[in-house]
Amino acid sequence: MKESKTSKQLLQELLNQHYEEALEAKKSGELVAWSTSIAPQEFLETMDIKVVYPENHAAAIGARKCAQEFIDNSEARGYSIDLCSYARVNIGYMDIKESVAGNIPMPDFIFCCNNICNTVIKWYENIAKELHIPMILFDLPFNHTYEVPDHSVKYIRGQFENAIVQLEEISGKKFDYDRFKEVMKISSETAKWWKQASNEAAARPSPLNGFDLFNYMATIVCMRGKKEGLNLFKLWAEELHDKAKRKEGPWKDAEEKYRVMWDGIACWPYLSDTYKVLKKNGINMVTSTYPDSWSIIYDSNDLDGMARAYSSNYANRNLEFGADNIVKLVEDFSLDGIIFHSNRSCKLMDFRQYEVQRKVSRRTGIPSVIFDGDQTDPRAFSLAQYETRIQALVEMMEQKKKERANRE
Amino acid sequence: MNRIEEIIAIMEDVSRYPAKAIRESMEETGKEVIGCFPLYTPEEIVYAAGMIPVGLWGGQKEIKKADKYLQSFCCSIMKENMEHGMEGSYEFLSAIIIPAYCDTLKCVCENWKAAVPDIPLIAMVYPQNRKITAGVEYLVNEYKRVKDELEKISGKKITEKELEESIDLYEEYRKTMSQFVAIASKYPRTIDAKKRHSIIKAAYFTDKKWYIPLIKELTTELNMLPEEAFNGIKVIATGILAEPEVLLDTLVQNNITFAADDLAHESRQFRTGVSNSGTPLERLALRIAGNQKCALLYDEEKTRGQLLLDLVKEYKADGVVVFMMKFCDPEEFDYPIYKKELEAAKIPMLYLEIEQKMDSVEQIRTRIQSFKEMLTV
Ligand code: SF4
Ligand code: SF4
Repeated sequence: MKESKTSKQLLQELLNQHYEEALEAKKSGELVAWSTSIAPQEFLETMDIKVVYPENHAAAIGARKCAQEFIDNSEARGYSIDLCSYARVNIGYMDIKESVAGNIPMPDFIFCCNNICNTVIKWYENIAKELHIPMILFDLPFNHTYEVPDHSVKYIRGQFENAIVQLEEISGKKFDYDRFKEVMKISSETAKWWKQASNEAAARPSPLNGFDLFNYMATIVCMRGKKEGLNLFKLWAEELHDKAKRKEGPWKDAEEKYRVMWDGIACWPYLSDTYKVLKKNGINMVTSTYPDSWSIIYDSNDLDGMARAYSSNYANRNLEFGADNIVKLVEDFSLDGIIFHSNRSCKLMDFRQYEVQRKVSRRTGIPSVIFDGDQTDPRAFSLAQYETRIQALVEMMEQKKKERANRE
Repeated sequence: MNRIEEIIAIMEDVSRYPAKAIRESMEETGKEVIGCFPLYTPEEIVYAAGMIPVGLWGGQKEIKKADKYLQSFCCSIMKENMEHGMEGSYEFLSAIIIPAYCDTLKCVCENWKAAVPDIPLIAMVYPQNRKITAGVEYLVNEYKRVKDELEKISGKKITEKELEESIDLYEEYRKTMSQFVAIASKYPRTIDAKKRHSIIKAAYFTDKKWYIPLIKELTTELNMLPEEAFNGIKVIATGILAEPEVLLDTLVQNNITFAADDLAHESRQFRTGVSNSGTPLERLALRIAGNQKCALLYDEEKTRGQLLLDLVKEYKADGVVVFMMKFCDPEEFDYPIYKKELEAAKIPMLYLEIEQKMDSVEQIRTRIQSFKEMLTV
């Protein structure tokens, strides 16, 4: 009988398998695509095309603290220091092709969806040009209205149909609509379990140490359309649920004193530093704006629903939605404070942060701080500044706690 | 003062004091004014609504309020536009239109709603898959929305005929400008880099009906003169826009002139015409579909480098000057690609990193001088 694995063990295995399969596929002459992190992977999965996610890979390189070499390489070729560091790392990797964080095969075509930002259009254009390979672009218009307007849905759907034709051309294979239906179903199921798992953190204390969200994120990016992914997130959700029932908190050796939200991406090169400062202060990051981006849920075989779902992630929604979304997280997760990461790489996330912070603060009254950092460029973060900001947050949260205690 | 000098002086005056020019146009025509953020904002629809579209491409104000909304690493055009909006210098506008091409513009749209609540915002998105049927349809729908919003402001419906007439006027503008820049390249002393910039810029602050005849007249007058001998350096300018103006002064002092440009603020505005078939809004949408070689429009073949090479060849230019708007992602991503192509073709290149308001331009001055020296030996 096989011993049952924990979701953490499974997670690592699946990630390794993901990269190995892609490298294998390349060796045996199969097609490999490079894709953005919240793209409609359903199409690729249906065609059984192996996919690698440069954002995931760049994050892994960042977390292994070896991003600088790749960044230097692309900057030497004219890439500005002000551009997204995922792009700078990835473009450096295209040249160096070797990293201790693991290797990825070069792509045969590009699969790009701009629901996360328009930066990826430019970044992926450059890959396609440098490698002389085709590019499939899904342009999901930014939603200035609260909801995704109908004419956007129609446009996105038109692009889905177009992409199928492009994929058939690139691969020389027919698109299997029955298989597609199945993949759509699995993808939505996986997304539901992902959401379910992250929602378990609403319990007090939270069974989830939120930095784990960042670890599991790599898998929701690359395993959404696969049964293995579904099983992993189901298992994780169950583990967390049991832990919550047992009233176990995030840490064995410390108590959860404050519950906060983290806005934006992690600082990969300083993952443990940023984590330790929080833990030292009894702060558990129980939720974040970012992971919910993969809660892409729609009815199987509903292309319009799928179009709407892919365009509904918070990065592609208006500021009002962004603020409402956080206000809801404050309530659902009983938050004491918010940490905003002003991520030098990501203009789309940053340039709404100040106003979102003001709106949320007006509506909820909970304290928040902003610190300067970057997801992978190690030069854009100062631990001293981070510590000072977190200290300030602790003081404000403590103050609020006292006020509350006095009232009760 | 001859007629050429007169017209140039008028245009320089308009570009230097845009607010004054706009107010004068409003008084003369009795029309309302709509602010148009960059780029390819559908001025034709605004004009058809009986209003004057004016271009909002930043300025030189000191940033005091905009940093309540935007971090320091935002491009200066958008910081300036926010600052002007918050400071009240756009109070004469009935509305503004912001198209969301880049991540910065998406956010600026959103911030505008909170930061400048008194000036109504019409937000729109240009499709990047703009050549496929679904993309053209989407853009037609976006234009319809803009049209509806404008009708609400003006209180009257825009007819098909008004749209057609407006498109014709803008086609005439684009043709006039293309002719003007072609002729101007033969008169590098009369139309130096700075004058060329002011003349083209003036179009953003005036009624096209007033502007076009003057440019036509200027072109005709120039054409009657013998071509000007020029022993300086002829370059192709590329980027978002060629400002601050002191840079242009420095270029002129160093005898460097623009043979042609690929600036978003200048030739990219008028080098592509509308389609002749379809409804008026379809014709406009097809203009965007046909627009190429611009950092803000999806181009998986990245043909901009080839465009620059072609321009260098056509105008026998000595090199390319890159006006790199600091913190502009789309332009910064294009650069390494065309840089490689220009280098392979051994085309000299001058890279200038700019912000609209620069405390010190000394470093850039030195770079311009060394570029000149490099090319004159
Ligand atoms: S970090 Fe921001 S800019 Fe970079 S790829 Fe992600 S969403 Fe785009
Ligand atoms: S980033 Fe570039 S394209 Fe975007 S608003 Fe600024 S100058 Fe324009």
